[in-house]
Amino acid sequence: MNFELTEERRMLQDTLRRFLSDRYDSATRNAIMAAPEGMSAEIWSALADLGVIGALFSEPDGGYGGEGFDIAVVFEELGRAGVVEPFLDTAVLGGGLLAALGDERQRALLAEVIEGRLHLALAHYEPGSRYDMERVATTATAEGDAVVLTGAKAVVVNAEAAGHLIVSARESGAVDDPGGISLFLVPPGSKGLTLRGYPLISGGRAAEVTLEGVRVPASARLGAAGEGLAALRRALARANVALAAETLGAMETAVELTREYLLTRHQFGRPIGSFQALQHRFADLLIELEQARSAVINAAGQLDAPADERDRQISAARNLIGRAGRLVAEESIQMHGGIGMTQEYDLAHFARRIIMADHRFGDTDWHLERFIELSAA
Amino acid sequence: MDLNYTPEELAFRDEVRAFLDETLTDDIRAKVRGHGQLTKADMEGWHAALNARGWLAPTWPKEWGGCEWNAVQRHIFEEECAMADAPRVVPFGLTMLGPVLMKYGTREQCERYLPRILSGEDWWCQGYSEPGAGSDLASLRTRAVREGDHYIVNGQKTWTTLGHFANRIFCLVRTDPDAKPQEGISFLLIDMDSPGVEIRPIILLDGTHEVNEVFFDNVKVPVENLVGEENRGWTYAKYLLMHERTGIAGVGFSRAGLAMVRRMARAEMHKGQPLLENPHFAARLAQVEIDLMAMATTNLRIVSQAAAGQAPGVESSMLKIKGTVIRQEINDLARRAAGPYALPFPSEGLEGVNEPPIGPEDAGPVAAQYFNNRKLSIFGGSNEIQRNIIAKVKLGGGR
Repeated sequence: MNFELTEERRMLQDTLRRFLSDRYDSATRNAIMAAPEGMSAEIWSALADLGVIGALFSEPDGGYGGEGFDIAVVFEELGRAGVVEPFLDTAVLGGGLLAALGDERQRALLAEVIEGRLHLALAHYEPGSRYDMERVATTATAEGDAVVLTGAKAVVVNAEAAGHLIVSARESGAVDDPGGISLFLVPPGSKGLTLRGYPLISGGRAAEVTLEGVRVPASARLGAAGEGLAALRRALARANVALAAETLGAMETAVELTREYLLTRHQFGRPIGSFQALQHRFADLLIELEQARSAVINAAGQLDAPADERDRQISAARNLIGRAGRLVAEESIQMHGGIGMTQEYDLAHFARRIIMADHRFGDTDWHLERFIELSAA
Repeated sequence: MDLNYTPEELAFRDEVRAFLDETLTDDIRAKVRGHGQLTKADMEGWHAALNARGWLAPTWPKEWGGCEWNAVQRHIFEEECAMADAPRVVPFGLTMLGPVLMKYGTREQCERYLPRILSGEDWWCQGYSEPGAGSDLASLRTRAVREGDHYIVNGQKTWTTLGHFANRIFCLVRTDPDAKPQEGISFLLIDMDSPGVEIRPIILLDGTHEVNEVFFDNVKVPVENLVGEENRGWTYAKYLLMHERTGIAGVGFSRAGLAMVRRMARAEMHKGQPLLENPHFAARLAQVEIDLMAMATTNLRIVSQAAAGQAPGVESSMLKIKGTVIRQEINDLARRAAGPYALPFPSEGLEGVNEPPIGPEDAGPVAAQYFNNRKLSIFGGSNEIQRNIIAKVKLGGGR
C-alpha cells in the first residue's frame, strides 16, 4: 500500500501549480471568461508546452502518462486554479477516443492535440437523452461510400473551437440499444452541420449542434461500425475521473478561501472563526474534502478494471463528490455572507465550477442509480 | 381547530385572483417566472397598478391610503401574488420606512413622504449594512456630525438593493461614537442626489446587478431629515426589521417554485420515462413538498396569532430559516431537473429577442436562480443570526 505520488507525477503537480499560480490569477481568468472565445490560446499552448496534455496520453499514443492518476493530478491542479480551458473535452474525451479507436491516419491527429494545435469536441448527448449513454437518436445511413448523419446534439462543450467533432450516431437498433452506435470524425465546415454557440455559466462555451444530412466518407468512422458504446463508456469513465478531480481541486480552493475568511473577518469584536457554530461547520467541510479526495483515488485507481466494476467505482466517486461538492459550495458561500455572492470575489467562480460539474456525464442521482444497478449485477 | 378559510376569506381570495387575472400581463409573468430581470418600468408599472386598485399598502391605516388588512388577508394576498408570478412589490418605502415614519416620525414627515411612496414619486432604498457591519449591524461606522441645521455624513453602505433606481435612502448613522454601539445610532433620510453621494454597482455571481455600494463624502443632510430622536435609531431599526420579516416564510414563492419543478420534470425524459416518475427524483420532490405542507401550516398558525393581536416572537426567526431552506431546496431541484441544459448561461443581450431559448423553456434560468437565491439565507438577518435570536430567547445565552 502506497499513497505517495510517483516522482514524475509530483514534479508535474509542482510545475503545474507554480505555472497556474504565476499565470492564471483571478484577473486573467475573468478576462478569459469575458472574451468571446471563452478561453485563452496563449494559456492553452503554454500548458501544452509544459506537457500537461502529453501527461494525459500513454507512450504508444505519443504522450508520457495516460493513467488514472495522471488524469487526477492534472485535473486537480486545473480545478484548484479554476481553469476554464477545455482540456477535458479536447484531450480526455476527444483525444481519448481517437487514441482508442483511430486508424493510423486518424491517430496522426494525436500529435497535434498533444502539441496544443488541435481542439476536439465530443457530440454525443442529445436534447432528449439527458445523461443516458445508450440513447442515441441521431442516425447514420450508408449511401455508397459515404455515410449520411442526421440528428441533434445537446450542449456540445468546445464545439466552436474544435477542428473535428466526434459525433455519435446510430447505424442500427432501437433508440436505446447499446449496440449499433458508431462514432464519426466530422469537420466543422461540413455541409448540413450547424452550430449555435453560447457561453456556459461556469465558464467556457458550448453549442447546440444540428446535423441535417451531413455527408462524410465511410473512412470518417472511428472504429468498427455499431461498436462505439464500449469506447464511449471508457472515454466517459476517464472524463468522469477528470471531472471529479477537477471538482476536488475547486473544493480545496473554496475551503481554503473560507478558512482565510473565518480567520480575518471580524464581527462582534472577534474573528468569526472563533464562533463554535461556524467552527463545527468548517470542520465538517474538511471531513467531506478528505472523503472526496479518497473517492477520486478510488475511481482513478480502478480505471483499468473490467468495465462494470470500473463504472461502479466511477459512479461512487461522482455521487460522493456531487454531495460533498454541494455542501462545500453552499456552506462556503453561507459562511462568507454577502461577499461570497459577488462576481468579484473568487469564491463565486469556484462555487459555479463545483455545482455545474454536477450537470455533466450524469448528476449525483444518476450516478447513485447507476451504482445501484452495477452493484446488483 | 379549522384548517379552512372562512367564507369571507375565500371571497377575498377570489377577488384577489380576479384582479391578478386581469391585471398581470403575460410578459411580466414570464419575466418573473423566468428570472428575467425586471426593468425599473416593469416594477413601477406593477406598483402603479396596485396603487390604482388601492392595494399597495396592506398594513397601512386607511388614513394614509392603506388597506388595513389583517394578517390572514395579507397572507392570502401575498400567496396569490406569488402563485400568479406577480413581481414582488419593492418593499423599502412601503413595508420598511412607512411603518417607521408612522410610529416614530413627525406629522410633517408623514405628510411629506407617505403620499410620495404610494404615488411612486419616491423610490427608497435601505442604508443599513456596511462592509464591516453585516451580522454585527450595531458596529456600523458611517458618521453623521451635527453642524448647525445640518448633519455632515461620511461613510459607506453596502448591499443596497435596487439603490440604482432609488432617489432616497434611509440610513443608520453613528451620531455618538462614545456611546455603547447600539446607543449612538440615528435614523436619517438622505436624498440620493445630494452632492457627495456616489453609488457603485455590485455584480452578483449569477451576473445580475441588483445590489450596490453607496458612498457618502461630506454629504449635507438637513436636521429635519432625522427620524425620531437622535441616538435612538437602533430602536427604530429593530422595529423596521420586524416588519421586514412578515411574509418571510415565502410560502407562495415555494408553491410556485414546486409547480415549476413539477412542470419541468414532467417534460424532461430520463431513460425514456418522465423524470417526475423516477423514484429518486420523485422522493426528493416529495420530501420538499412534505416540509412545505407543514411549514405552510406553521406559517398560518403564526399569522392567525398575529391577526389576534399577538406579536410574533421567535416564530418569525423560525419561519425565516425554514422558509429559506425550503425555497433553496426547490431551486436545487429545478437545477437538477434541467439536466445538461442547466449549463448554458442565459445572458440577456447576447441573444436576439426572437431567438428561441436553448433547451427546454424553463431550463434557461434555473442555474442562475439557484445561485442568486443563496442570498435568501444571508440577507435580512442571516440564518445564523436567526438561530442566535431563537437560542437567546429560549436559553438566555446559556448563562
